[in-house]
Amino acid sequence: MVVSRPPEKEQQVEQWEGNVEQLRGLVTERAMTGETMLLNMGPHHPSTHGVLRLLLELDGEEIVTCLPDIGFLHTGIEKNIESKSYEKAVTLTDRMDYLSPMSNNTVFSMAIEKMADLDVPERAQTIRVICLELQRIASHCVWLGTHALDMGAMSVFLYCFRERERVLEMFEMLSGQRLMGSYIRPGGVWRDLPPEFMPALDEFIPYMYEKVDDYERLLTNNPIWKDRTLGIGVIEPEDALSMGLTGAALRGSGINYDIRKAEPYMGYEKYEFEVPLGEHGDVYDRYIIRMHEMRQALRIIEQAKDSLPDGPFRSENRKFVPPKRSELGQSMEAVIHHFKLWTEGFSLADEEVYVAIESPRGEIGCYLHGTGGNKPRRVHFKTPSLMHIQALKHVSSGHMVADLVGIIGSMDFVLGDSDR
Amino acid sequence: MVNIAPAADPVEKAKERFGDDILHVKTFAGETTLVVSPENVPDVLRFLKSAAGLTYNFLSDISAVDYYPNDYGDHYDGEESDFRPERFGVAYHLYSMLYNRRLRLKTYAMEEDPVVPSVIDLWVGADWLEREIADMMGVRFEGHPDPRRLLMPDDWDGHPHRRDYPLGYETIQFSFNADEIAEHKPFAEE
Amino acid sequence: MGVMEGPKQGATVSQKLGNLGVVTTSLDAAINWARTGAMWPLLFGLACCAIEMMATQAGNYDLSRFGMELNRASPRQSDLLIVAGRVTRKMSPVVRQLYDQMADPKWVISMGDCASCGGVYNNYAVVQGVDEIIPVDVYVAGCPPRPEQLMHGILTLHEKVKNDNWSDWA
Repeated sequence: MVVSRPPEKEQQVEQWEGNVEQLRGLVTERAMTGETMLLNMGPHHPSTHGVLRLLLELDGEEIVTCLPDIGFLHTGIEKNIESKSYEKAVTLTDRMDYLSPMSNNTVFSMAIEKMADLDVPERAQTIRVICLELQRIASHCVWLGTHALDMGAMSVFLYCFRERERVLEMFEMLSGQRLMGSYIRPGGVWRDLPPEFMPALDEFIPYMYEKVDDYERLLTNNPIWKDRTLGIGVIEPEDALSMGLTGAALRGSGINYDIRKAEPYMGYEKYEFEVPLGEHGDVYDRYIIRMHEMRQALRIIEQAKDSLPDGPFRSENRKFVPPKRSELGQSMEAVIHHFKLWTEGFSLADEEVYVAIESPRGEIGCYLHGTGGNKPRRVHFKTPSLMHIQALKHVSSGHMVADLVGIIGSMDFVLGDSDR
Repeated sequence: MVNIAPAADPVEKAKERFGDDILHVKTFAGETTLVVSPENVPDVLRFLKSAAGLTYNFLSDISAVDYYPNDYGDHYDGEESDFRPERFGVAYHLYSMLYNRRLRLKTYAMEEDPVVPSVIDLWVGADWLEREIADMMGVRFEGHPDPRRLLMPDDWDGHPHRRDYPLGYETIQFSFNADEIAEHKPFAEE
Repeated sequence: MGVMEGPKQGATVSQKLGNLGVVTTSLDAAINWARTGAMWPLLFGLACCAIEMMATQAGNYDLSRFGMELNRASPRQSDLLIVAGRVTRKMSPVVRQLYDQMADPKWVISMGDCASCGGVYNNYAVVQGVDEIIPVDVYVAGCPPRPEQLMHGILTLHEKVKNDNWSDWA
């Protein structure tokens, strides 16, 4: 008896028109003959930490060439900022490196302050440091959670996100939003610390110290973890410098470059903290460095909150910073400044500046070129993730695909950062 | 004991070595900018990277600026000391790890066919920075081994970061024009 | 013996069977209960909303209590596509292909402002709302939406599915 089948639907699959010729020069000659296999680790993949496309040329399981292809998250933020005034553009910068929005806000605000020679009061600087270090902890929590999840340690993901919720609660107290608060603005911060913030921070610090020790207890001496990370993805120091790596990826190879120590900003020279350095430049070193960075961040937060001075939380320069609402009822100048700043915005000179800070990923720099008017001519962000993804091409040859997942996790890039 | 040469003034040493090739020097907000013409860029960068007393061995960033419509060339009515001969500016931001200081090297590429030599053999990291500028601003980097588009799709037309490229703004739907806009907006059925 | 009497007027099958462990229901309710009970989302996070989606999946705001314990990586095995984050023009053919690869029944939640309407970005690179590419069932607003907002969106989708009629699609 023949079983009846449903009628065949017309397959309307688009045939891919390209061929291997397009890749000549980018992959080795063996791919042209079919000796090695071309595999697309596509934009939709659980381990690529975002929409990254990796074109792998594989000889069995071993990677011969790895070609990263980005741009799937390119949002045109830099062009969009050119059509907004400076104060309004701060909200757009939040969404670039979406794991550390406070760092993006800070680098943009610092570029504006450098160009306008705008002062930032001491209290605002200290609050900014507390926010940046809390952001570093939150970002490293996501890094550890996703990196461990990719390597198979699934419970670390849940623990890390539990800690991150505590930090996000504190950010919600400050700015009303868990992520993307636009809390750090040119001249200082948006508003003063609310009364419930300090007790929450006091409770959080010893709790987090314990939790970082917990994560280390789970992973650092774990034989599976060590098997999968020791000796993988080794980057030599000269190569790291030449490839433009910064942050933990550079320090893992032994180069002691941390912008907080080299070119201190926001009062970092007042705080005592260490910069962890690696020796071998492999995935394990970069993991240990970031765990220590979390502890040093807690140390900085302790010192910052103990030395929090009184004073204004934002600059009083009314040419750049809008006045408080309470002043509007009393002073005519305040009304005029408020009107001018919220309709047109302040103007910056037709000059260029470059400012770089240490975000959790590495060095994020802002190149700002003004027009003399209220909108910028060009804002370019040099983001650490762009350099780190570029480095995958050079670091991954000779490794297996499973090792590539570990290398991707340890380079700690975020696609919103690299594509902007 | 390693012999470290004392820090030298980059402007002086560059002028000593290159003379008139350094077209202009500018200082603003504590940052020094040297202006050269495009064909001299690799030589000057090689000198700055390896000269004793300078050692600008880390490339922080390569950025491009578009001075359209009239802030460049003969039409530029800014200060006389502000040198802006062409439409596209390409700025190389250098950092010296040894002496802990920064420097900017700027070059201007002309409007009709902007070309700047590539510095990929000095720093491997310049690869994607240059590709991004070639993609978004249209400045060609000669000697770059892989000049494909980086951020935009391969078949995209135009260079979005140029000032004459439209933003691609979609008219916002309010209650009075919602129906009009909804007629032309693509909407997926299945 | 007399004639066997038929069921009394008004007595249902379940009353006659008593506590034999049988439940009667309508076909609609059964199918929709099965569908909403374990609706597996596709692991598809694009940008910032993906981090909030991961936070919703994690310990504090647990999504497993709604049946969404795991995110399937393969579109063939998942029912729900949560578009979390901005969809750019380069990414749109990929989204469409993933949606086409998913087997029926499938639903789409557009999470966040960028997926619903283009969000903060009104420019050349961002598709102004993912409903230009794929049909959307539920829109969740927010930038990024709080985990509670995403859960409300998922529960709204469950309500919508519970009101489905099997004669529409069979």
